[in-house]
Amino acid sequence: MKSRYPFYAAVLLLIFAGLGLSMLRHFELGIPWLPGEQRPVWMIEARVDFEAKGDPVLISMNLPDEPPGFRVLSEQAASPGYGFSIVQDEGDRRAEWSIRSATGEQTLYYKAQFIPDPDAKPTPPQKPPVPETVYWEEPQQTAATEVLELAAAKSSTPESMTRELIKLLDSADPNQNTALLMAGTNRVELLERLLNYAEIPARISEGIMLEDARRRQSLRPFLEIYDGEQWLTFNPQNGQQGLPENVLLWSRETSSLLDAMGADQSVVSFAMLRQTVPALQLSRAEAMQNGLGFLSLYQLPIEEQSMFKMLLLLPLGAFVVAFMRIIVGIRTSGTFMPVLIAVAFLQTSLGPGLVTFISVVAIGLLLRGYLSSLNLLLVSRIATLIILVIFMSTAISIVGYQMGFNTGMTVTFFPMVILAWTIERMSILWEEEGPHEVVVQGAGSLFVAILAYLLMTVPIASHLTFNFPELHLVLLAVILIMGQYTGYKLSELRRFHPMKDYD
Amino acid sequence: MRWITPRELSSRGMLNMNRRNVDYIARYNERHAYPLVDNKLKTKLVAAEYDVASPKLMQVVAQQHEISHFRERVENMSGFAIKPAKGSGGKGIMVITHREDDLFIKASGVAVTIGALERHLTNILAGLYSLGGTPDVAIIEDLIQCSSSLTDYSFQGVPDIRIVVFKGYPVMAMLRLATKASDGKANLHQGAIGVGIDIATGESLNAVQYNRPVTVHPDTNLSLKHIRVQDWHTMLLMASRCYEATGLGYMGADLVLDETKGPILLELNARPGLAIQMANGKGLLPRLRHVEGIKRPHLTPEARVEYAMSRFNHTNSQFADSRTTKASA
Repeated sequence: MKSRYPFYAAVLLLIFAGLGLSMLRHFELGIPWLPGEQRPVWMIEARVDFEAKGDPVLISMNLPDEPPGFRVLSEQAASPGYGFSIVQDEGDRRAEWSIRSATGEQTLYYKAQFIPDPDAKPTPPQKPPVPETVYWEEPQQTAATEVLELAAAKSSTPESMTRELIKLLDSADPNQNTALLMAGTNRVELLERLLNYAEIPARISEGIMLEDARRRQSLRPFLEIYDGEQWLTFNPQNGQQGLPENVLLWSRETSSLLDAMGADQSVVSFAMLRQTVPALQLSRAEAMQNGLGFLSLYQLPIEEQSMFKMLLLLPLGAFVVAFMRIIVGIRTSGTFMPVLIAVAFLQTSLGPGLVTFISVVAIGLLLRGYLSSLNLLLVSRIATLIILVIFMSTAISIVGYQMGFNTGMTVTFFPMVILAWTIERMSILWEEEGPHEVVVQGAGSLFVAILAYLLMTVPIASHLTFNFPELHLVLLAVILIMGQYTGYKLSELRRFHPMKDYD
Repeated sequence: MRWITPRELSSRGMLNMNRRNVDYIARYNERHAYPLVDNKLKTKLVAAEYDVASPKLMQVVAQQHEISHFRERVENMSGFAIKPAKGSGGKGIMVITHREDDLFIKASGVAVTIGALERHLTNILAGLYSLGGTPDVAIIEDLIQCSSSLTDYSFQGVPDIRIVVFKGYPVMAMLRLATKASDGKANLHQGAIGVGIDIATGESLNAVQYNRPVTVHPDTNLSLKHIRVQDWHTMLLMASRCYEATGLGYMGADLVLDETKGPILLELNARPGLAIQMANGKGLLPRLRHVEGIKRPHLTPEARVEYAMSRFNHTNSQFADSRTTKASA
């Protein structure tokens, strides 16, 4: 007896491969398990207003580049008459609008969609940043040194140093030194200078508070320090470390938010909107960029995609047939005929599909009764039946249409050759085994077809089969296991029940 | 609805469809041997080599144009049977018992014209009754004169005896009697009666119709209790020889008892049905497992039949109550 271990190992492998791949795709591409899952997306619009003086205009605005906690889904610019490009300049990502000449009030728009993603982290800088050299004049020099000494005494790391400094500047009764330093400068800039002076790389980033449907927002400063591995964000107002979830850091490593040439009174303002987008659509848009994207069907032309959507449902039907025949023991006419009928039902929907199917087969059986007396060869009899089936379908369509039922036309979705064979087989069954067997097998086939149809129409079924085609490996494994089932069928429990009488 | 639990079934050693397919047919029947049994013409030839008699072949119709010859040659034949060579389960078999003028009288008493016969031949050639619908040939055989000891029990039709042979050992047998409901056919699911036959003695055990126990034939009103099959030992021997002839480990041999020629092999079946267990009131599994467990298989059909007759008798407690044998397959 052959060892079954390789077989079960292969089956396990299939299950693991199927589940593993789909997990991977779920987590990497964010393809949702359930259809209709929604994800929030922030649409942020930056609006640049300025007055042009008739000269060539070049507007350069900083763009978010890998903002922590967000991923960029899409970006676009609206700017009539302007040339637009996005330039990457030493880690500084900028949008540039240019025009030969413009006069008067001008407005430029830049829109981007951001997906909140707690895992999104900016790539760490290639070489560690060096603190800027800071010069102080007396008496600030002495004050700064003393404040730093005070803070350093209570701290051990760059983070704790920063926290202590913010606390010192915040304290209710500032001492002379802090008061002196605070005079004439704002806190964030002071903090940046102090930290850099203390050999801790620090910079000012600007972020947007995300609130639904806000307009005319401006950026707020945040303090960032480098702890030797990554940039850490502090709220300069309260010393809170870390970036709040609702803050998007717009400009980080940059000298200026907006540079304008040939323009006056240039001003940037932000408007934002919280949108919800189907999670599936999101992951489709992102699949293009992701390395795992090639495994999905989204790249195919739409027409092929919808074709695959149908094709990938077939294994479910095959599974239902295998289950009903192996485990339950329902007799069907033609092994996989029910699957084809179920697929036709998908196009026609169940009610009209059933009516047309049964009427075509019933009329076909009547006509076949006449054909059998004609003494035809089998092949030509089937060919005749195919033509008759097509006539019947046409008649049903026309009559249905005239009577105002558009559903009659869906009869064309039935595979004509399969219908013809079904009629032929049923007719022979009738002659040989009697009408009872025809009813049993016909009903069995229809029952299995309806079950397969119901399974295929569950939204999650078509969602999973199409978006996680690798789950078919699991289905395959289950079907393989079923092929090993040597137990009693449900129908046999009934068939063999008279065995009770022999004891 | 009445049901039986899987536990009760397995304690009775009932072989089921899935296990038959996986553990017996797939394991013991080589694919290449199938054509030998699926084609009655080949079965006939190979059986003859092993001294297993089969109905006398009168004519083979292999081509459409040969059908016209059939009309000429059938002129001087009174009774015959038309069979598709690759038919299964008795499909497409037409038995003509005698003629009345131009009409041919079927076993059921229905009269058909020569045209209907020719149409039937055409259907057979086109593959209507063959497995998978492949083109087929029709064979015309001599009519079997069934032994009067059995015909009385059957309503029309020829009673035949199905013997399940496992690795050359006859393990279970039943007599199939046609009824009015089965239209003279010996197919159990069409309503024929299955009578379990004791391997050891050739005597009847239980009888079932439509899976229900019966004691008398519904049409002939004869008791089914004390039927005894003549030439039982020869029949078992013939069935056993088919193992050497075909190499099929698990098969069903269908035999009939001819009045003058004795036992005749009708056909072999590589996928014998499960209803034989109902007719015997016993599951096949204990016997199959017993044969699988034989350390030194008997080499000759005679020795195997001897062994089977001594082991698989109805009163042998080992096989009467299988609850004690729980060997793994």
